[in-house]
Order: sequence, then C-alpha cells, then structure tokens
Amino acid sequence: MTTKDEVDKERRCFLRRATTTVGGIGLAVGAVPFVSYWLPSADTEAEGQPIEVDISKLKPTEQLTVMWRGKPIWIIRRTQAMLDSLPRLNSLLRDPLSEVDQQPSYAQNIDRAIKPEFFVAVGVCTHLGCIPTYRPDVGSISPDWLGGFYCPCHGSLYDLAGRVFKGVPAPKNLVIPPYMYLTDALIRIGEDKEGSEVIES
Amino acid sequence: MRTHRLSLRNAGIWINDRFPLRDFWRHHMTHYFAPRNFNFWYYFGSFSLLVLVNQIVTGIWLAMDYTPTAGEAFSSIQHIMRDVHYGWLLRLMHSTGASAFFVVIYLHMYRGLIYGSYKSPRELLWLIGMLLYVTLLLEAFTGYVLPWGQMSYWGAEVITSFASAIPYVGKFLVVWLRGDYSISGVTLHRFFSLHVIAVPLVILVLVFLHLVALHFVGSNNPDGIDINKAKKDKDSMPVGTIPFQPYYVLKDMVGIVVFLAIFFYIVFYMPKMAGIFLEAENFVPANAMQTPDHIAPVWYMTPFYAILRAIPNKMMGLSAMAAAIALMFVLPWLDRSKVRSIRYKGVWSKVAVSVFVVSFIGLGYVGIQPVSPVRSVMAQIFTVGYFAFFLLMPIYTAREKTKPLPGHLTP
Repeated sequence: MTTKDEVDKERRCFLRRATTTVGGIGLAVGAVPFVSYWLPSADTEAEGQPIEVDISKLKPTEQLTVMWRGKPIWIIRRTQAMLDSLPRLNSLLRDPLSEVDQQPSYAQNIDRAIKPEFFVAVGVCTHLGCIPTYRPDVGSISPDWLGGFYCPCHGSLYDLAGRVFKGVPAPKNLVIPPYMYLTDALIRIGEDKEGSEVIES
Repeated sequence: MRTHRLSLRNAGIWINDRFPLRDFWRHHMTHYFAPRNFNFWYYFGSFSLLVLVNQIVTGIWLAMDYTPTAGEAFSSIQHIMRDVHYGWLLRLMHSTGASAFFVVIYLHMYRGLIYGSYKSPRELLWLIGMLLYVTLLLEAFTGYVLPWGQMSYWGAEVITSFASAIPYVGKFLVVWLRGDYSISGVTLHRFFSLHVIAVPLVILVLVFLHLVALHFVGSNNPDGIDINKAKKDKDSMPVGTIPFQPYYVLKDMVGIVVFLAIFFYIVFYMPKMAGIFLEAENFVPANAMQTPDHIAPVWYMTPFYAILRAIPNKMMGLSAMAAAIALMFVLPWLDRSKVRSIRYKGVWSKVAVSVFVVSFIGLGYVGIQPVSPVRSVMAQIFTVGYFAFFLLMPIYTAREKTKPLPGHLTP
C-alpha cells in the first residue's frame, strides 16, 4: 500500500480485472434463467408424449395422418409395386442408403421402415418445414414419376420411402420418428424399445 | 427571498435553469443548419418517424383487444374488426402502416444510396440505419405472426426453420426459438411479447442514436459536397444552409399532408392492396396440418426470399440471403469514389444503380409469385445483378471518371 497521493496502477489493474471477471460470470449465470425460459415448458413437453395408432383399417396405398408434437405423422400402407419402385430410383437420389442421421437405426434400410408394408414418417419437408403432398400416382408429377411426395412450397421431391431427389432445395430425406409395433395392428409413435425421444425433433 | 410573478416567461426561465430545454431546441431545430437544396427524396426520413408514431399509437390500442393465444388470436382480430368501435380503422392503420413503413424506408435508403450519404463521415449513421432496417424486419415478422392466419403460421414455420441450417445446434435452436416442437401458441405468445415490447424498445433506442449521429455529422445533400467546409456568413450559418426550424419543418408538413392523403386512401379503399399488404391466405385460420399451396412473405421481404429460392441448396440459399443483407452494411467501404453524389459520379455508377434497382424490384416481384422454371431463372439473373452491384463497386467507383464538384450547392 502506498501512502503517497498517487494512483497505484497495479492495484487498480488487479481490481478492474477481478471485478470484470466476477461481474462477467455473474452476468452469464444471470442469463441462464432468461435463456432457459424459452425452452419447451413442462406442460408442452408432456403434450409431446408418445401416441398409439391403430393401423388395422388402413387399405393398400392409403395414407393416414396423425398429429404428434404438432407435426403431421404419415402412415402409408405401401403395395408391393410401390416397394419395387424404390431400388430403381437410387441413382436419382441424394442419400439412397439413408446414411444421414434422419431415422432410427431400425429404419436405415431401403424401405426406411420396420415392416416394408407400412411407411411411417414425419410429414415435414426438410427444406423449410412445409408439408409435402402425397402423390402416389405414376406419372402425376412428371412422365417418369413413380410415386412419392411433392412439396408445394419450393418444389422438393421425395420418393415413396421419403428419400429426397437430387436437384431440389431440400437437403435431406424425410425424418422417420422413433416408433414400435405393440401388436401387428397397433403402433406407438414417439417411443421405441430404446426409450422415448426427448428433445430431438 | 425574491419572489417572481407567475408567468410563462418566468416558468421558462425556471425550467432552463434546471434543464437544457432551450439549448436542446436551438441545437436540434432553430440552429440545426441543413443544406438548402433538399429535394423530394428528403421527405422520407420525416415520413418514417411519422409512421413509427402511427405504429406505436395504434399498436398500443390494438393490444387492448388482441389475445395472443392459439385459440383466440384469430377471432380476437375479428372482434377488433367487427365489434370494437373504430377497431377496423386502427387495425387497418396498423397493417397499412407496416407496408408504408417499408415503402418510406426503402425510398429513404435509396436516397442515401444515390447521394452517397453513407460515405465518410456518415458511415456510422448508415450502419445504425441498417441496424434499424434489420430490427424493423424483425418487428414486421413477429407482427405478421400475430393474426394467426395460415400465412402467419407457415411464414413463422419457414423463417424459424432458417436456424436449422446451423450445424450441430440447429435442431435444438429451432425448438428453443419456438418453445415447442413445432410452431404453436407458445411461439405466438412469445412473438407477441417481442413485437410489443422488446423490438420496439430497440427501435426507439436506434432511432435516437440515428438522430444523434445525424445531427453530429450534419445532413448530406443532393450534391454530396461538404457544407461544413463552406464559409460561414455573419449569422455563423454555413453558406448555403437554412435552419431546420422553420424551413424544413414547414416543408415536411406539406409532404406529410400529401403522404397522409395517400395513406388514408389506401386504409379506406384498398387496405389489402390486392393481396400484397394483406395476403388472402391469412384470412384462413392457422392450420398445422395443411400447408398453403404457395407460401410467400409480405412484399418487403420478398427480394431476399427470391434470392433464397434462386439457389437450389439450403445452406447456400440461406448464406446468399444473409450475404445480400450483410453487403448493404459494408456499402461505405465498397464505394471508392472521390465524390458522393450520383450527380457527379461516372456512367458506370449510373448503370450499376439502375441494374441494382431493376434487380431489387425484379427479385421482389419473383419472390411474391409461385415457383416456376422461368421465374427461377429470372431470380438467378436478378440475384447476379444484385450481387454484381455491390461486389464490383470497388472496381467501377475507383476507375470511372467523375465530374468536377461545384464550389457551392446547386439549386
């Protein structure tokens, strides 16, 4: 400590750094409640619990849309002809083998499903979140169209397994949600044998 | 103790001994000397202040009857439009005001562009103005969600999805922004809070800073020459300037009368502007299970939306859109010209500004329309035009031959 009437610069410098550091940490900690406030609340999370869907009444080529976490979940019963179209398209697709992590491991196959007959997917375009339309009829989008999904917003195209075509704005295949068969006629969406999905959407 | 007779004059003295009211008035009004050759383009700064006041006042009143919940938002707007006394008027003044705001801001920015008002020493003035513009886009976006129609919902879906392109944290960030796994009443309620409190506060602070910066460096003029360097006359006024009060206050009031006449004509007779100010799809309540056939933001955002759509790659499209806005920020450092105003710049600058205007309007038009192969090509051409204006600017402004500057302001 100095007795003279002058500024002890070393002391000032230390104090400035110490208060800045402590104050900065305080601000960062203080920001936590304000940032966390924006996360889904407990009741919103509870609303996002898994749902059970009866698929026994679904006829071939029919599409069933249910809502889970505010998003449309499609369940489509595919015919053998529809499934046969899938391998023929591989060369036209961005990610034919579903290598990008858009599905649980049990749906990482050419049909992108547990049972090939039933296709379960989140009906939200991976470009900017619009809902693609189901266009199963051959030749309905272009002469060589074998059936699939067409997004009206920006023209993205997917095949009947939700695999995205090359040359469209959407970067990835459609998301397959976690799901499991409780019986042959009943599926649970939002939960599989590995547990329920928490925040991933 | 002395006693003073109570009078207006003494009240003024009492206040000015305690608060610099008279100094403030002199500094910013009667002794703020502006160039005497302000033309038509100089109306739009005052107009934007007027529209800001309109938005704040009508907004406060609308908030008294609006309910920011998913179940009630749409019907509370109907309640305002049908049941509340003059609710239709205040609501249409607010919705028309939003579009009017961007009309005057775009013209205000164009004025800065052609007369080089962004050049030294006004770079910070331009940057604060650009921050204001971006904040205003945010205010408009959060406001457009509130009626909770189909376009509100899907516009919010598309725009919040932009965050999903950010590597690693994108998906998490989208859920955090929305407060739900998809756009819902939770999102609506927080956007309401941002729209009526947070963003307007930021806008007011930025407007204050914009005016502080303007009055510190002084207004530019259509000739783009420095009036501060000009000789001062006997009243210590730079030659070629006039006091803001009363000359420009009166001039602006004439402009405001004309502006309000046009504004209220639109409010009364064409508030939807054929689906450009209020889109038809937004008269249908929000439905999470059905995407409208054609999603487009409101007209003032469509130039950037068209750039996004012009590029068939999500990450590249979003980057190009962000770059289109970012380039406007760095404009002061792209312009290498010796002169400020387009009047004295060379032919290349004039060509470039024309290309920019055509591209910007062209992008705006294409962005409103549904996608088609022809329009995609058009969008790509206009995108090239837009970027060329900015990216080639350091070259053409440095190389072209400029005209000699006059020694004093021209009429």
